[in-house]
Amino acid sequence: MSTTVMYEEKPLKVVGTRPLRPDGVDKVTGRARYAADYNLPGQLIGKVLRSPHAHARIKSIDTSRAEALPGVKAVVTRDDFPDMQTEYAAAGELTINFRDVTRNMMAREKVLYDGHPVAAVAALSASIARAALGLIKVEYEVLPHVIDVVEAMKPDAPLLHEHQFTDGVTPKPERPSNLAKRMVFARGSLDEGFKQADLIIEREFNTKPVHQGYIEPQACIATYTEDGQAEVWTGTQGHFVFRAQLAKVLEMDVSKIRVTATELGGGFGGKNNIYNEPLAIALSRKSHRPVKMVMTREEVFRATGPTSGANVKVKLGCTRDGRITAADAELNFQAGAFAGSSVAMASMCAFTRYDLENVRVVGHDVTVNRPKVAAYRAPGAPIAVFGVESVIDEMAEKLGIDPIELRLRNAAKEGTQTYYGPKFGPIGFIETLHRAKAHPKYRAPLGPNQGRGIATGFWFNIGKETSSALHINEDGTATLIMGTVDVAGGSRAAMAMMVAEELGIAYDKVRPVIGDTSALGFNFITAGSRGTFAGGMAAVLAARDAIEKMRRRVARIREVPLEAVAWKDGRGQPAEGGGAQFKPMTLQEIARDAGKTGGTISGHSEINAEGAGPGFGTHIADVEVDRQTGLIKIVRYTIVQDVGKAIHPAYVEGQFEGGAVQGIGWALNEEYVYGADGVLQNPGFLDYRVPVASDVPFIDSVIVEVPNPNHPYGVRGCGEVPIIAPMAAISNAVQNAIGVRLREQPMSPPRVLKAIEAAAGAGAQV
Amino acid sequence: MIEMRYEAPRTLKAALALLAAANGRAKVFAGGTDLLIQMRSGRVEPELLVDVKGIPEMRSIAEDKGGFRFGAAVTGMELVEHEGLAGMWPGVIDAVKLIGSIQVKGRASVGGNVCNASPAADSVPALVAARAVARIIGPNGKREVPVEEISAGPGRTSLGHGEMVVSFLLPRRPKRSADAYLRFTPRTEMDIAVVGAGVNLTLNAKGVCTRARVSLGAVAERVLLVPEAAAELIGRRVEAQALERLAAAASAACRPIDDKRGTKEFRIKVAGVMARRAAEIAVKRAKGEV
Amino acid sequence: MGKHRVMATVNGDAVEFLCETGQTLLEALRDELQLSGTKEGCGTGDCGACSVMLDGRLVCSCLVLGVEAQGKTIHTIEGMAKGEQLHPLQRKFLEHAALQCGICTPGMLISARALLERNPDPTEEQVRYGLAGNLCRCTGYHKIVEAVLDAAREMRGA
Repeated sequence: MSTTVMYEEKPLKVVGTRPLRPDGVDKVTGRARYAADYNLPGQLIGKVLRSPHAHARIKSIDTSRAEALPGVKAVVTRDDFPDMQTEYAAAGELTINFRDVTRNMMAREKVLYDGHPVAAVAALSASIARAALGLIKVEYEVLPHVIDVVEAMKPDAPLLHEHQFTDGVTPKPERPSNLAKRMVFARGSLDEGFKQADLIIEREFNTKPVHQGYIEPQACIATYTEDGQAEVWTGTQGHFVFRAQLAKVLEMDVSKIRVTATELGGGFGGKNNIYNEPLAIALSRKSHRPVKMVMTREEVFRATGPTSGANVKVKLGCTRDGRITAADAELNFQAGAFAGSSVAMASMCAFTRYDLENVRVVGHDVTVNRPKVAAYRAPGAPIAVFGVESVIDEMAEKLGIDPIELRLRNAAKEGTQTYYGPKFGPIGFIETLHRAKAHPKYRAPLGPNQGRGIATGFWFNIGKETSSALHINEDGTATLIMGTVDVAGGSRAAMAMMVAEELGIAYDKVRPVIGDTSALGFNFITAGSRGTFAGGMAAVLAARDAIEKMRRRVARIREVPLEAVAWKDGRGQPAEGGGAQFKPMTLQEIARDAGKTGGTISGHSEINAEGAGPGFGTHIADVEVDRQTGLIKIVRYTIVQDVGKAIHPAYVEGQFEGGAVQGIGWALNEEYVYGADGVLQNPGFLDYRVPVASDVPFIDSVIVEVPNPNHPYGVRGCGEVPIIAPMAAISNAVQNAIGVRLREQPMSPPRVLKAIEAAAGAGAQV
Repeated sequence: MIEMRYEAPRTLKAALALLAAANGRAKVFAGGTDLLIQMRSGRVEPELLVDVKGIPEMRSIAEDKGGFRFGAAVTGMELVEHEGLAGMWPGVIDAVKLIGSIQVKGRASVGGNVCNASPAADSVPALVAARAVARIIGPNGKREVPVEEISAGPGRTSLGHGEMVVSFLLPRRPKRSADAYLRFTPRTEMDIAVVGAGVNLTLNAKGVCTRARVSLGAVAERVLLVPEAAAELIGRRVEAQALERLAAAASAACRPIDDKRGTKEFRIKVAGVMARRAAEIAVKRAKGEV
Repeated sequence: MGKHRVMATVNGDAVEFLCETGQTLLEALRDELQLSGTKEGCGTGDCGACSVMLDGRLVCSCLVLGVEAQGKTIHTIEGMAKGEQLHPLQRKFLEHAALQCGICTPGMLISARALLERNPDPTEEQVRYGLAGNLCRCTGYHKIVEAVLDAAREMRGA
């Protein structure tokens, strides 16, 4: 059963303003406690031994010398964890297979990437633990490896999994393959569509894996006590999902594990997966002491999920006035060492911004000897959209049509049938295109070697299981217990604002708290831009539940029928036409006497939120290119995005600005660099180059609000759309600046310079 | 597991004695911004750290023979903030400013930057172009060595056992002289140089270049002094034609590698571009135009 | 050699701790003095999350040894507010929503304060270059720069 709470337009007092966030003071004073800031008495320090090879069979593991080192209290390997059969579950926006989860956290038959865990130790100090790792002897049989997605799809490529036969192909293949899954989304007839086209453009694109780049490395602390109970404090986007996964891989009852989500130092989808947590629990079980495990930055890069690198082929056909008649794409995504990339989602949103009759998207999920990929903010979409928006730009250029105008001629709107299933309700894509076109930055003058590029993005946004509880305290303040982790976007504040609006009290009288897993019913991961949407819906319903109870209380105290009591401006008062007059009671008065009049008042809700609203954005990127070095500078960047309703406008802007700069990093300099030996060469922030403050300008944010009819305040969710368009917007801008199209990301200076020289050599005007 | 020791001598003599006794298993510890990273990764495992930051000769900046002598353990920020030195040798300061972040410069030293012997070290091409000379002390006494002779290849120096660099001398500047250093990095800050170019030149009253030195970093196993490039400037006005030939000579002198920071061809091309642009700035400074 | 006994001044308080030669000042602050406001983001001086003031110099504490703190004066994020009174930078960060996850915030504030001490009237570009040693992944730096410029204005009495 799912829940939808309909949007009502009404005058607002709190929602839409910009109060301070409740977690703010702790964060600016250094008091906020992240996972690595926790310590337990008697704790041991845990460290992980990792594979130095990209692909190898494990012949033997000898931990005896490590176990004998004074100060070492426990060592674990694959022998300490049960094997798992294939079983799927949802985790964030990707699906996981428990057979793979247990192998990723601790290698069993093989190591499949540089950095794959092989053993773990717990010792009295970090230096002893590190020394112990050096004493563990692992015998490897090194195997040939493959890290390129196109290479990995070839029949003679080194094979990662002997049991993996391509899913989605009939008849079922006889030989195993690195192609884990093939999927097809189709509508209409491509042949017909291309026949109608006056112009057909077919292009190929390549992108590299990039990491979410959260500044807080994964950290956790676990205790396992002799009665079989485990407690874990960890930085996670979904403590309930973690609890479920831990229970599975450790073969424990869910009720025996309690997970507390500590303040999170960034996630962006990368903290939806368990890594050290099961190892810490197992070490604690063996050593009978708490075990703290904090990853180094190098470990974060080598062994936690980046997003996929990919090979993308796009073919579009259109009429001479820019109406797209056929759209065809092939997306080949690296999944890393185990199947399950975001290629399905990428396939579903590749062309979704446009109203198309003839579409086909083929998606391939391919295993390669790299770390297992994790979700990264609109997983898969930026990659697919880079290809599609680049071809659309080329189309506009060849037809002599303004790039925004071309998109307007094809834009999806209310009633458009998508090729992956649903029909759109009210959406704001066209509004964002119009606002972008009308923006003064769209007409800002461009100097020499400067150019402008447009690109657009779409994300589904999701709802799912959420629960919430609201307690009215004796002094008339309210405590909201949320289960959706605030991954820093400020959803805590947004929830508190919605509750304050509902109750009719001041924002600072509502205290939002994120409960641990023992406090609430199941809450899905904070991902898919669902935090404010679903969490907000649950909070609003919990507030309405509390209001209902307060109305009943007033009715009883004042001895009037329930229908006579209305709730307005923070008090129960006579309803218009309710038939009874009485002295109103404020929330404070009700709360103060609650104990005497029937007990404390709480509201709660457990829902499966449906009706999330799709989000659309249009980006304008202005760049300047140094033709002699290939350096790209971002001169201006403008985002126009429909968020349904901006509960807290500053936090919505924060999502735009943060997402755009991540996209700019993805476009300009971020990539995983591997040697011929399959070993990662840049596992650190020196050579994995995320943007610094001087690399980017101020971002212009324009918030468009086309309310989502399926949310009480019209919220759509906004966190993911901003990262989707930058790669294409910037590459389109480079074309506009110097007449060179880049189809490989990132657009690092050596690639740009090479493309400039190739174009000059080919006689094109440079 | 050998326990690492730490000593903080207050005199050069004491430091030398500690180094001699450790017989090659000690490391001189100045800013530590390279050393601590190498210790953390296990690349080096010294038994003794000799912290030289308490030795006055290694921390002072003073005028010397019309130029400036600064200690090998002076921090980058102290050099950047020294008006006199920055005024006389702006190119050297351009280079020092580019070492890491402000936090890193709060500790990093030119002595460390030179002796770490990374081919991409930012301060080195500028010092080489400036004709800087290092004062080295050791068991056999004192010697003065041009900076370009200190690196013996990536991660190796020409220093003998128990020797260490105490200070650097930047010479007196003739009139109408100036230097400049530019490097190429993909981000605006925080990167290791993909290519670095230092140019130091002197003009006569007619604006003709009478002396020049051109040095390139990150394009070979050591920082290169490129006399062929300098020769394109000497005896000429530093204008378009001379600059083009300078760029070509700089590119020709490179013998770079492909690595995660840049390809061979990119480095060769951009070395010429950076050398030319650095020369343009140096000329403007020499003419008093900036 | 055993551990070193170090006596230093941290946020105005005389402190004493023990540390191994190889322990960094960052580890000493967090693990020996329980001052966990200073964060480790990378351990190699590339992210600035561990920024502190050491004898008046802005440094990455992951690149300083604990033993070096002997006799020195250190300022961390915990000392930035004066009792109840937040530093203008802290207030402006809150007002401008210049933080999201907050993990970079302590280091960013320490760096920003050092920047304004050196240059009380910076341009936008100078603020960006002055904070280039502090990585932020959540905010895109936009509101951080706005907050610093606004705090500078207030601190100049403008």
